[in-house]
Amino acid sequence: MVRWTLRDGVYELELGRDPCNEIGTTMLAELERFLDVIDTENASALIIHSSVRGGFSAGADLRELYNGLMDVPEKEQEPRLRDFIDRIHSVMDRLDMLPLTTIGVIHGICFGGGFELALTCDILIAEKSARFAFPELRLGIVPGFGGIPRLRRDVSNAVVRDLLLTGRSINAKKAVACGMVSQMVPVGAGLRAARKSAEQANKFDPEARRTCKAFMKPLPREQLDEEKEIFVRLASRPVLQAALKKFVESDDPRPYLP
Amino acid sequence: MSASFDRLTQLCAKRYSVDASIIKAEGDIFETLGIDSFQAAELMSELEMEFDVEIPDYELQDIKTFGALSAAIDARI
Repeated sequence: MVRWTLRDGVYELELGRDPCNEIGTTMLAELERFLDVIDTENASALIIHSSVRGGFSAGADLRELYNGLMDVPEKEQEPRLRDFIDRIHSVMDRLDMLPLTTIGVIHGICFGGGFELALTCDILIAEKSARFAFPELRLGIVPGFGGIPRLRRDVSNAVVRDLLLTGRSINAKKAVACGMVSQMVPVGAGLRAARKSAEQANKFDPEARRTCKAFMKPLPREQLDEEKEIFVRLASRPVLQAALKKFVESDDPRPYLP
Repeated sequence: MSASFDRLTQLCAKRYSVDASIIKAEGDIFETLGIDSFQAAELMSELEMEFDVEIPDYELQDIKTFGALSAAIDARI
């Protein structure tokens, strides 16, 4: 369940979907609902955080993705994938370009599509428990929610290549060291730190704040479009379905540990 | 026993409120601590910071016991 509040010019968007904010059509619809009603004229900041124990988000809802692909004839699978990816890109782009200072609070798992959602934020604050990963290559695909263009925009470097090409995860300290995250705080202290950042943003002239963000953080449009094509091509192959089948049918107690 | 085993034992016992004496080198990490995959990922972050090491996930893929985990930590110190 996604809930939000608006207080003193600051939105707080709470992701609270068990087990770990998997992103499927339900989560997507809830994010769209929020974006349709958000009042950007009377707010200065948005905090995105998770209220589930496991973490910020484990990424795409792989069970729903698998079942969705299995439910339709083979020739309809690619259009279905394309529809979903177009929709998710639209949500991510809208979040990325909001004329507010956006702050993501990360604890625990922040993997795959969840990491891509976090990367739409202007500022990331990670609690010490946070762990970041892009495990997509393990499924025979690449991150498809805009992750690579956003990483390249922010911090294209050796650590990022290591993350993408090995599927390994890194802790909050490493994420700060390589520039993906700007603050590391103790476990349980993320929301307080985010509220302080939001209060600061709230002090500034709205026009200057919005202009600064738009100038500093342009949407990498061409790369995002390219990523969609690459994702749909790779995801339309039997490799993904075989990997998803293995994931869905696995009784391994550690499915989120690469 | 590996150099990191005692510290690993103490950290796990404190973190998951279990008696340190039940943590054995040959004991299964998930079963002994009663943790799920999300907690295991958090534990990895804590261990990396405690020992000031980085342990790529693929080096942990087949590790099930505390003894093997402490050996993996030692190999990175």
